[in-house]
Amino acid sequence: ADVISTVEFNQTGEFLFLATGDKGGRVVIFQREPQGEYNVYSTFQSHEPEFDYLKSLEIEERINKIRWLPLHNPAHFLLATNDKTIKLWKVSERDKRAEGYNLRDEEGRLKDLSTVTTLQVPVLRPMDLLVEASPRRVFANAHAYHINSISVNSDCETYLSADDLRINLWNLNITDRSFNIVDLKPENMEDLSEVITVAEFHPHHCHLLAFSSSTGTTRLCDMRASALCDQHAKLFEEAADPSHRSFFSEIVSSVSDVKFSHSGRYLLTRDYLTVKVWDLNMENKPVETYQVHDYLRTKLCSLYESDCIFDKFECAWNGTDSVIMTGAYNNYFRMFDRASLRDVTLEASREVCKRRAVLQPRRVCVGKKQKETDVSVDSLDFRKKILHTAWHPKENIIAIAASNNLYIFQDRLTPNGHHNTPEIQSCRQHHNNLMNCYEHI
Amino acid sequence: MAGAEGDDSLYPIAVLIDELRNEDVQLRLNSIKKLSTIALALGVERTRTELLPFLTDTIYDEDEVLLALAEQLGSFTVLVGGPEFVHCLLPPLESLATVEETVVRDKAVESLQKISQEHSPVDLEVHFVPLVKRLASGDWFTSRTSACGLFSVCYPRVSSTVKAEIRQHFRTLCSDDTPMVRRAASSKLGEFAKVLELDYVKSDIIPLFTALASDEQDSVRLLAVEAGVSIATLLPQEDLEDLVMPTLRQAAEDKSWRVRYMVADKFSELQKAVGPEITKNDLVPAFQNLLKDCEAEVRTAAANKVKVFCESLPEDSRETIIMTHILPCVKELVSDTNQHVKSALASVIMGLSTILGKDNTVEHLLPLFLVQLKDEYPEVRLNIISNLDCVNEVIGIRQLSQSLLPAIVELAEDAKWRVRLAIIEYMPLLAGQLGVEFFDEKLNSLCMAWLIDHVYAIREAATCNLMKLVEKFGAEWAQNTIVPKVLGMANDSNYLHRMTTLFCINALSEVCGQEITTKHMLPVVLKMSTDQVANVRFNVARCLQKIGPVLDSSALQADVKPVLEKLATDQDMDVKYFALEREILSLISMRVCKGLFLCITLLFNCFSI
Repeated sequence: ADVISTVEFNQTGEFLFLATGDKGGRVVIFQREPQGEYNVYSTFQSHEPEFDYLKSLEIEERINKIRWLPLHNPAHFLLATNDKTIKLWKVSERDKRAEGYNLRDEEGRLKDLSTVTTLQVPVLRPMDLLVEASPRRVFANAHAYHINSISVNSDCETYLSADDLRINLWNLNITDRSFNIVDLKPENMEDLSEVITVAEFHPHHCHLLAFSSSTGTTRLCDMRASALCDQHAKLFEEAADPSHRSFFSEIVSSVSDVKFSHSGRYLLTRDYLTVKVWDLNMENKPVETYQVHDYLRTKLCSLYESDCIFDKFECAWNGTDSVIMTGAYNNYFRMFDRASLRDVTLEASREVCKRRAVLQPRRVCVGKKQKETDVSVDSLDFRKKILHTAWHPKENIIAIAASNNLYIFQDRLTPNGHHNTPEIQSCRQHHNNLMNCYEHI
Repeated sequence: MAGAEGDDSLYPIAVLIDELRNEDVQLRLNSIKKLSTIALALGVERTRTELLPFLTDTIYDEDEVLLALAEQLGSFTVLVGGPEFVHCLLPPLESLATVEETVVRDKAVESLQKISQEHSPVDLEVHFVPLVKRLASGDWFTSRTSACGLFSVCYPRVSSTVKAEIRQHFRTLCSDDTPMVRRAASSKLGEFAKVLELDYVKSDIIPLFTALASDEQDSVRLLAVEAGVSIATLLPQEDLEDLVMPTLRQAAEDKSWRVRYMVADKFSELQKAVGPEITKNDLVPAFQNLLKDCEAEVRTAAANKVKVFCESLPEDSRETIIMTHILPCVKELVSDTNQHVKSALASVIMGLSTILGKDNTVEHLLPLFLVQLKDEYPEVRLNIISNLDCVNEVIGIRQLSQSLLPAIVELAEDAKWRVRLAIIEYMPLLAGQLGVEFFDEKLNSLCMAWLIDHVYAIREAATCNLMKLVEKFGAEWAQNTIVPKVLGMANDSNYLHRMTTLFCINALSEVCGQEITTKHMLPVVLKMSTDQVANVRFNVARCLQKIGPVLDSSALQADVKPVLEKLATDQDMDVKYFALEREILSLISMRVCKGLFLCITLLFNCFSI
């Protein structure tokens, strides 16, 4: 139940917050203190296990996705979803307390009525800061299948939720109505050829949304054209290489994550073996392809047997869209510098992560070990996987969830006090200054 | 002793004040709703110095409590000491205007608008305007959106320098970073324009309108459409072409269907605002395009406006415009691929006949009606049938009857019971327009068939329908056509049909009158009291109760009473219950005390078994 199932930084505001959701339905929010320490700001139970009596289905409490809303007022708002129900939470601070009763004293004992001769209006006095999380809205009963993604529109008024076959559009203020904008469900379920894996709104253009499917395609829809977005505006797909075709081709090409770049120009997609960068203006092939763990290509058969081949790895951009990060096995995660085309493999595990220690790059070798630190493919632990990663939208701070541990790494400060520009250089040498290693309890 | 008396009157108020911070939301809500009582007890002085400061900081509460508070404060002027002190209410309302919940903010703005009228011109500039400025330049978008609604209430009553500042603040909000604020500004633009001097409308509002109408966010652009309509009503005719029309034309052709939908939805207001000349030159082609739009939602919205648009066309050229421009589009819509478009059209198309007159209707509209009457979607057919009265006035319904009948029959036998239910509801109307003869010939059998429908709701509606038909055609008609058929069902082998007979009698007895009821219906009912199904028997008891008032007392005594007494000793508990209930009621009305006592005893026995 402690296994972290999603990680998300807040996008705006002067304070840095990081929210994680876990399999037990809890949301934990971390706040960075001025000294750089990370502390738990608030913990609350967002979802409870439920049972659908009509379909005899258990609904897990696992948090599938968390999305922060742009700031409204001093309180923070986030959307959290499990398989079926999306909830809007308000996380607010309170530092005043009302004091003074007419009929009771402060301990709550009833006063002698004869002593009550004047009316007293309560007064507010300062108290220790209290962080409260309260559910503001519950968006339920709109999904027949499991919700895999939620994404807030740039108009700050609507958001989408996607399940395996449909995408719904909601107004943040209206819980009893949503509009179906994409429906892939065929008349006959036997004709089903693909499912939606992820959907996301464009960061600036309120009418654009991208969704990817299990067949390895990503579609871009323009909501201006029509109320139903079944007709895509663009289809991003790379022609399959016939020489590589095998039983696993389709499974491996299934897109497990899609992220728009902060500039809005590029799309980042992750499939089982690679991450790809697409230019929105070029549909027929990605502008960049990075191999995450190509050495697994020969091991697909055993990965299939252990179900690992269905793992859904997430991917992330850094704040300036110059570096890409994604997870892998053996508690490794990978970073790719787009300008220099250099890449690095790093490890997030309790053994190597000491506070303020710099991470050392790892190398996986296929044949004989060249260096002492190299790890052979056969000794990789496939149970230790990094599926969920997040990069702070502005700063070089990354959050890595490995099972029930959350690791936060930060660029090491250069002497003049500024953060390094996020080149891969920095990733390798400075980026990996371990700030905190939280065990997610 | 005086002190003790004081406590007595203090106590309820003390409870109310304490419950302002009770843990139970409902109690807090109750307390807030009685805020005026608390304020009255505290007096104006303490309300200002103690209660209001406390309320200013209680914005942590639940939405419903805050909503109630925002509403209360709008009528609190007297309780703080009158208009002189009304500005004391500003701080709590200011903090309520910044909460995240839209309904609470809107209510706070409403209350602020209300109390702004109670400020003297001086207070308005000293207290209210600074508050608006604070909100307008607040850190959070919530306060800035609230500010948008407050400019128009203070603008007319302040000096010209302050006016200039207010205009400047509004301009700033129109180009705010967040789409939420631009949306709020866009939706209040029309309201603000109304209080501005005409020169400023031209110099200030028009550029803002143009900018908002070409905003990058669809949701901002679509709100600008409505603002455009209000602005157009303010400007003299000769300025419209240059200042507003280019933007509105652009909106009607916007890339986003949601903006075009908004134009279609506001089309009749727009038409009114721009006047006949521009309507002829600009709006007619624009409307044609909307009717041909590629998005079904837009066509639906436009189709809904067809009648209103045509009605408001300038009289001199109305007919030519409709015939040459609108009707061709309408013809296409009749065979649209989307059912919502067709059904929107079907709900208004009949209205065109009154505008076009008899000849055009027969020649051009009638074929369209006939096509829609044969449409594959029942909703389209129903919408045509429900508006038949418009055509009836112009050409008489006979023209349609040939096609009408198959359409009605098909709907009457539709597989979906809700469709059948809908057509039943139009039956009395149809019967009235088609006349007795036509009805007897074609529709009577349908009405009877519904009585044995397998869905209860249909059977129920069918009995009600019979009653309305009798109201229309009279008791004599009832006796000749429907009563025999209804009574015939009393011998049906299906007990549900036998019960339908009873339900029909319930409905018909009053409209048919005493004679028919006593002569024809009562014997059947009495006979059914020996039915072997208990449900029928207790419905006989209920039926007797229902028709009792119509019968004369001799029939009651001679025929009804013995039957009821027999039923009261029925072996079935429900039958007994209803029989006794009936008897008690009738005995009460006849003041037969002895019998009454007997019955009540029986009733007790009945339930103590």
